[in-house]
Amino acid sequence: MNSDLETAAHPENLRRIAIDPVSRVEGHGKVTLLLDENDRVHQVRLHIVEFRGFEKFIQGRPYWEAPVMVQRLCGICPVSHHIAASKAMDMIVGAAITPTAEKVRRLMHYGQILQSHALHFFHLSAPDLLFGFDSDVAKRNIVGIAAAYPELAKQGVLLRKYGQEVIRVTAGKRIHGTGSIPGGVNKNVSAEERDYLLKDIGQIVAWSREAVAMARRLFEQNLDFYNAFGRFEAHTLNLVRADGALDLYHGGLRARDLNGNTLFDHYDYSHYWDVIFEDVKPWSYMKFPFLRSLGPETGWYRVGPLSRVTQCDFIPSPLAEAQRKEFMAFDTGRAAGATLAFHWARMIEMLHAAEVIHELLLDPDLQGNDLVNTGKRQERGVGVIEAPRGTLIHHYKVDDNDQIIRCNLIVSTTHNNQAMNEAIRQVARQYIDGRKLTEGLLNHIEVAIRAFDPCLSCATHALGKMPLEVELLDAEGSRVDMLTRASDGAFCSPG
Amino acid sequence: MTGTFQLDGANIPFEPGQTVMQAALAAGRYIPHLCYHPEFKPHGSCKVCTVKVNGRTMASCTMPAEAGLKVESNIEELNGLRRTLVQMLFVEGNHFCPSCEASGNCQLQATAYALQVMTPHYNQFFPDRPLDASHPDILLDYNRCILCELCVRASSEVDGKNVFGLSGRGITKHLIVNAESGLLKDTGMALTDKAMQVCPVGVILKKGQGFSVPIGERRYDQRPVSAQALDDAPRPADASGSCAACEGSS
Repeated sequence: MNSDLETAAHPENLRRIAIDPVSRVEGHGKVTLLLDENDRVHQVRLHIVEFRGFEKFIQGRPYWEAPVMVQRLCGICPVSHHIAASKAMDMIVGAAITPTAEKVRRLMHYGQILQSHALHFFHLSAPDLLFGFDSDVAKRNIVGIAAAYPELAKQGVLLRKYGQEVIRVTAGKRIHGTGSIPGGVNKNVSAEERDYLLKDIGQIVAWSREAVAMARRLFEQNLDFYNAFGRFEAHTLNLVRADGALDLYHGGLRARDLNGNTLFDHYDYSHYWDVIFEDVKPWSYMKFPFLRSLGPETGWYRVGPLSRVTQCDFIPSPLAEAQRKEFMAFDTGRAAGATLAFHWARMIEMLHAAEVIHELLLDPDLQGNDLVNTGKRQERGVGVIEAPRGTLIHHYKVDDNDQIIRCNLIVSTTHNNQAMNEAIRQVARQYIDGRKLTEGLLNHIEVAIRAFDPCLSCATHALGKMPLEVELLDAEGSRVDMLTRASDGAFCSPG
Repeated sequence: MTGTFQLDGANIPFEPGQTVMQAALAAGRYIPHLCYHPEFKPHGSCKVCTVKVNGRTMASCTMPAEAGLKVESNIEELNGLRRTLVQMLFVEGNHFCPSCEASGNCQLQATAYALQVMTPHYNQFFPDRPLDASHPDILLDYNRCILCELCVRASSEVDGKNVFGLSGRGITKHLIVNAESGLLKDTGMALTDKAMQVCPVGVILKKGQGFSVPIGERRYDQRPVSAQALDDAPRPADASGSCAACEGSS
């Protein structure tokens, strides 16, 4: 572990290097490194520098507005927030949703998984993976991919387009629709809409299979490098279906420690706070969740495709399940712990999403007209799904007047906060420590962050309780003064 | 006495007692408006329907039609002023269309589209206007009020309840309810009231119904406000006042 690189003992005389902003991720973040005169690394931090505040300004709003409002957190995977909030509001209105409503929501969600994973792999990460981490920076982007691999770039665009079309059909718009409402959905999928989507699904499944093969080939071609890059052992957290299958829409929480021992399984997420807690640190707007039973120092964990694919018992679709088995057996199972294996796992999930979409489109329940249920109003609602980037928790408390009075969002990227810091510290040790810095070497840090596909704008919510640290640096980057606000609001200056 | 007046160069026939707005709409000519409603007496407060009559600016919803008038409406000078008025309404309140349940059913939003408003242009006021969620069935979101007084008129003239009124002057003017507590739950407001149906924005809302109509089927998704205003206009043959504007808008 690399926790010694979180805070340097004597930062005042160290050289400060900033990667600001981190590129090809959603939202704004920066990485700072503190180096001594021999280029030895003493401190590495991933900072999230933007602040959103949704948990605060949703307070006072009517509960039925939450699924539409909170999805504005993000333009890449708004459906995740739309559905997680809707699931929480299902509890608020006391409704068990109808089969049609659940299947329409599932279709929307798996469309989201497809488009988001395609966007990440083809647009954001392919430039690193295909050209090399320290290749010509001018070409290391989607335009470079389009020039060198036009067919691949086209597939990436069309895979994403298809996912967006699934969302449009189910939510009303490609981005920020309104399809999912408390207790159900506001529309079904007509036979015409179904036929429109069925027309291309065969091609989408085929391209997804090719994408899995490419992710595997990249890993095989650089086996030792991919296995070692930013590698660290971590506990895992994800939802699983009652039979242990991968399920991205609903299930119970499964946590395993870094040795594979189960910490809890099929845990009812409506009481997630009994097993997960959030820590705060003065240098980031993003909170640091941890497993309560292990404590804040060692209880951090990893979520997302790599955790899901490695920790589920099976994937309930044949093509993706075959790929999961190959992935788990590959190189005697070593890939399952590699940071760069995120990409491979993500493509297996994209294939699964394409298969699920195909299966759902053939289900006549999609054309049902029983769309909304109601029941006995409740005070508290928790909705959890597996978003493209990992476990997403929405938690609301609603008063008797139907106004939201409390909201807590633990988004996928927040779960991965410490894991991403661990990955970049490992990369800094492996590739930067003691070397003369180049753009290509610094990009190694970004590659490690991109593997997690973080959504930094979704991940920053804490208001009023965040300890803060303000540093005044001179032109050389040396610290002149510092002011600290503790989590109790008290300010202190070390002088 | 009947006759015609000119609107943007076209002859518009009118019946006795009709305003320029009523005659124009009945003749298939849209004049942008917000506080005008075919079922209620003209109010003349929003000024969005301002036209030039023989060179003078007048509210077309209160201006009686007269033979021989030369009225200008669809000209860039007036549309620019209308755009400004709508932009000022947007920034004076808290109109967040992306998360507003009235989006797609909102006359302010639809009028803004009709006037090609692309941006609020002015600095947002961000007023602090807490919701009134005290009523078991009805939510009041004062953030979106444009002071058109349609709810005031509906509650007074149709419901006979006087639930709503305006208080304050100038920039402090705001909608209030007729209860000592200041809360809607202590008024006689009910879901069946006419006042539930007339809000052109998203202030008076039936609880728990938001977003139940999918995108594509909302009021202004299919046809713009200019076309629907013409549909809703009472024609001379139907001057008794039946109004399509209010049908199905509960």
